[in-house]
Amino acid sequence: MKPAPFTYHDPNSIADAVALLATHAENGNARVLAGGQSLIPMMNFRYAMPDHLIDLNKVDDLAYIRVENRVLRIGAMTRQRDIEFSAEVTTHCALLQAALSHVGHRQTRNRGTLGGSLCHLDPAAELANIAALLDATLHATSQRGTRDIKFADFAVAYMTTALEPDALLAGVTFPLPEPGHGHAFVEFARRHGDFAIVACSALLGLDAQGSITHAAIALSGISHAPVRPHEIERALVGQPANATTFKVAAADVEKLEANADAYVTAAYRQHLARVLTYRALEQAAVSAKEKQHG
Amino acid sequence: MADTRTITLSVNGKAHTATIETRLTLVDFLRHELQLTGTHVGCEHGVCGACTVLVNGNTVRACLMLAVQCDGEEVAAVESLATDGKLNVLQQAFQDNHGLQCGFCTPGMLMTLTEFLRDHPEPSEAEVRAALSGNLCRCTGYQGIVDAALDAAKRMRETAR
Repeated sequence: MKPAPFTYHDPNSIADAVALLATHAENGNARVLAGGQSLIPMMNFRYAMPDHLIDLNKVDDLAYIRVENRVLRIGAMTRQRDIEFSAEVTTHCALLQAALSHVGHRQTRNRGTLGGSLCHLDPAAELANIAALLDATLHATSQRGTRDIKFADFAVAYMTTALEPDALLAGVTFPLPEPGHGHAFVEFARRHGDFAIVACSALLGLDAQGSITHAAIALSGISHAPVRPHEIERALVGQPANATTFKVAAADVEKLEANADAYVTAAYRQHLARVLTYRALEQAAVSAKEKQHG
Repeated sequence: MADTRTITLSVNGKAHTATIETRLTLVDFLRHELQLTGTHVGCEHGVCGACTVLVNGNTVRACLMLAVQCDGEEVAAVESLATDGKLNVLQQAFQDNHGLQCGFCTPGMLMTLTEFLRDHPEPSEAEVRAALSGNLCRCTGYQGIVDAALDAAKRMRETAR
């Protein structure tokens, strides 16, 4: 038995869950349990010792996948495996599945959830990367009401979200990429399933002449949260989608500031950012051309 | 005072009711409460895969699930594989292909592959290696395990034919 003692709550509605949070967040030591693939290890190690554990696994209203009006809506408690195997997601947002194939292992995706990953907010998390790339909107809910938070405003600091203590993440809205846009997700990790050292995703739209009409890039692992290099994205628009263009963009990405830690230097992360940006753009261009030519 | 709950669940096809502390992990419940010590405890933070079991047919890390979350669920651990002391096809393939040495990781390997081979009856070697990426083995160098998985898949296809 590893976790420190806590009082366990397993509400089966959103109303009950936020009521419990409102009651127990007052002393600042209530935690919401989603898939448990990050919080339970932290509790086993006693890095986290909540007095109240509010388990959302019985709140069925938080688990859904819906496509409507060019957006993909996914409930916070939707299992990663259910997104991975969803035919709707394959049709409309295969990029999400490309990223998911790098998230942990089958055993952890069977339990792990979209919302859990976004709220844990590991700097290298693949799902957070896609939320940044697609400008996702996160829906927070509490007894005081609901609040929509753009992903760019959600990640406020290292593993710290904009959620108030009495609020939980209920769902996420991903604007769908244009059907003709190409996508790519690439990462470098020491072993498959580990958190990446650097990950990069890209979306590219091309016109009939092969010029770039739309570009988005998201880089994970270089900062506390995914980085969107907006200037570099804008500079890509109007350029021909070829190796020369992508090399220039990748070289600019290498100049972005990167964090260092005990294992990986900033220079190595910047090197990876350049290499992976080039690969992501190259693959996204191939993907866009395939979509254009059916 | 300890926070406790009474849970009823099925483990290896047998119903159990127990009153447990809510902080008890599933793997400790299996080993300490039910004395089912086939499921091994390795890293206790979801990295090594030794404690892998099936909950409602899907693999999970038993060190990352609370026993209280399994109330009403069906759990299958490594003891569910053999029948009357006779190894099942996967277990026999492990023995025949030197898929284990010290045996510590084996229960987790077997449960991961039970799910994987059920869903992928004709896997490639690369797919087997990807499926096993969440289970660490420090003895075999994995080759025997990969061989065992591919051999088991082949034997299962032949039996099904």
